[in-house]
Amino acid sequence: MTAQLFSALLTVVIGVGGCLAYFWGSNTLLDRLLPVDASNDERSIRNLKRQSTVRPWLFLLPALILLTIYLIYPVFQTIWLSFHDKAGDAFVGLDNYRWALNDTGFRTSIFNNFLWLLVVPAACTFLGLVIAVLTDRIWWGPLAKSFIFLPMAISFVGASVIWKFVYDYRAEGQEQIGILNAVVEWFGFSPQVWIAMPFWNNFFLMVILIWIQTGFATVILGAALRGVPEDTLEAAVIDGAGPFKIFWRIMVPQIMPTIIVVWTTITVLVLKVFDIVLTMTNGQWDTQVLANLMFDWMFRGGGDFGRGAAIAIIIMIAVLPIMIWNIRQANAEQKGGH
Amino acid sequence: MADIKLTNLNKSYGQVHILKDVNLEIKSGEFIVFVGPSGCGKSTLLRSICGLESISSGTLEIDHAVVNEVPPSKRGIAMVFQSYALYPHMSVYENISFALENQGVPRAEIKTRVEKVADMLQLTPYLTRLPKALSGGQRQRVAIGRAIVRGAKVFLFDEPLSNLDAALRVATRMEIAKLKRGMPQTTMIYVTHDQVEAMTLADRIVVLQAGRVEQVGTPMELYEKPGNTFVAGFIGSPKMNLITGAPAEKAKCKTLGVRPEHLDISTKASAGSMQGTVEYTEVLGSDSFIYVATEHGLITARENGRTAVRTGDKVHLKPVEGQVHRFDDNGKRIEGK
Repeated sequence: MTAQLFSALLTVVIGVGGCLAYFWGSNTLLDRLLPVDASNDERSIRNLKRQSTVRPWLFLLPALILLTIYLIYPVFQTIWLSFHDKAGDAFVGLDNYRWALNDTGFRTSIFNNFLWLLVVPAACTFLGLVIAVLTDRIWWGPLAKSFIFLPMAISFVGASVIWKFVYDYRAEGQEQIGILNAVVEWFGFSPQVWIAMPFWNNFFLMVILIWIQTGFATVILGAALRGVPEDTLEAAVIDGAGPFKIFWRIMVPQIMPTIIVVWTTITVLVLKVFDIVLTMTNGQWDTQVLANLMFDWMFRGGGDFGRGAAIAIIIMIAVLPIMIWNIRQANAEQKGGH
Repeated sequence: MADIKLTNLNKSYGQVHILKDVNLEIKSGEFIVFVGPSGCGKSTLLRSICGLESISSGTLEIDHAVVNEVPPSKRGIAMVFQSYALYPHMSVYENISFALENQGVPRAEIKTRVEKVADMLQLTPYLTRLPKALSGGQRQRVAIGRAIVRGAKVFLFDEPLSNLDAALRVATRMEIAKLKRGMPQTTMIYVTHDQVEAMTLADRIVVLQAGRVEQVGTPMELYEKPGNTFVAGFIGSPKMNLITGAPAEKAKCKTLGVRPEHLDISTKASAGSMQGTVEYTEVLGSDSFIYVATEHGLITARENGRTAVRTGDKVHLKPVEGQVHRFDDNGKRIEGK
């Protein structure tokens, strides 16, 4: 424990110190190489211009290097792998993609991902919106909001462990330690093996992500709602609109850009959903999703780099357009589009 | 038909008492202007009449019915906000039609009514545009159109011109005056801190200070017979000179009020004149303002056209006969000579 704390502290010191040293050192070097002083005005002006061209790149360089190593290079390597065989030796063309389209496991995953895609972003955004409005009107709203936001701080694996207990099943007659089955039994029904119930178990897994992400949607949408000009709401009151109409016709349209950002952000997250499925079912009982399938093929049972990479590329292609839209919306919103 | 009657109306937020025993009767078809300095409660009073603010005590009657608890949309009022409060995501047409839609007016009728209003306000070419694609003046007209289309009996304006530039403000002021002439039965209540708007638009002005009604009267009544020193100082530009000390005692009052335009300026002393040195002058072309330092404080005088007086000149100021206002120890007006 002490050793771990120490090494964590050391990492922080080295990391922060390293950053400071890099920026200080590189800037000093720049100042030395392109001196600006009173002795030579013409040269100073020229150097000053050069300095301001170079300096932004000094600041960007570490990030660019890291992005190249950890993001750009892997993308190309993955594309390359997806056209090669199991071990990454022989070129196989589109075989891996052809295989994926005909594989039942892949088809189940695509279907499940679509289910997730339809349900989770919609549920999170809708719940977030409703909770944001309701908590704005009650004195204990901030408290309620922080409780709803709390799951955001829990890792997906941690959340899955919590929900494993919620869905826990014990044979009939035994004491139920899972709250869901306990409640079901209390109402006089027999306990169910929730996570092994094909099709519906997908939704039980989705609940976990909804539980985690609703807080995010609530906070962002709550901030956006507070940005809606008060007098447009007052004007609507005078115009005779009821509370529901004011909400749907006046408030929601005014925060539409934010709703889209929240929706697409969660959509991207959902396309990458992995930890929850891995922890809860590991893809059994028809709950497989693309990310977990990729992990299976890539690293389990000896591994098939070609197929794993092909699935990864398919996920990337699916995420890309949503990501671009998301970034565009976020930028448009920042520019003060509303 | 829309008489409005406020009886002992009070409004407080917790400990803060905003409106104090406001009593006011407004006759149908009147154009009433609330003026007062910032924070005097004029906007709160307007919002209370509108129903956006609840009334703490006292009654508000519209057409002889107490409407304290009636929701804003059922009071027969329309409001034009300072910021216009247009719905940014709706076209001009939708902005104007929204209230009618809420009332369940048939689609065809909405169309004719919106088009009529748009025609009246020269908004027809812009009906499909969003508010952000309109100029300030056009947005203002949409806000007014939204009020007109409902056929409200009472129009409330909350500083509607303060977001416009000077030239547009004058033009829009005249349009509002014209609008009122076209709707003689409609009662209008207008909040402003600009006394020019108050003087030019109002049938009657209500001067408010610190949540109290200081005086109610026609613009000329307020100008000619201000009821107290506050109104005397508030109405008129430049401000009325309020002189205390020897000249006031001579006139048997606490405070003597003389408007700058009622001071004769001369290089020679005469009976009852006050001596002073010119501090500076402001020459506006049509008239000139002369600021004179006297033993009773800085006094402002006005002359037509350009003035011959220069900074540093010794001058004598004398109030025009019969154009002085006298106020007692409490600042109340003393009638008679």
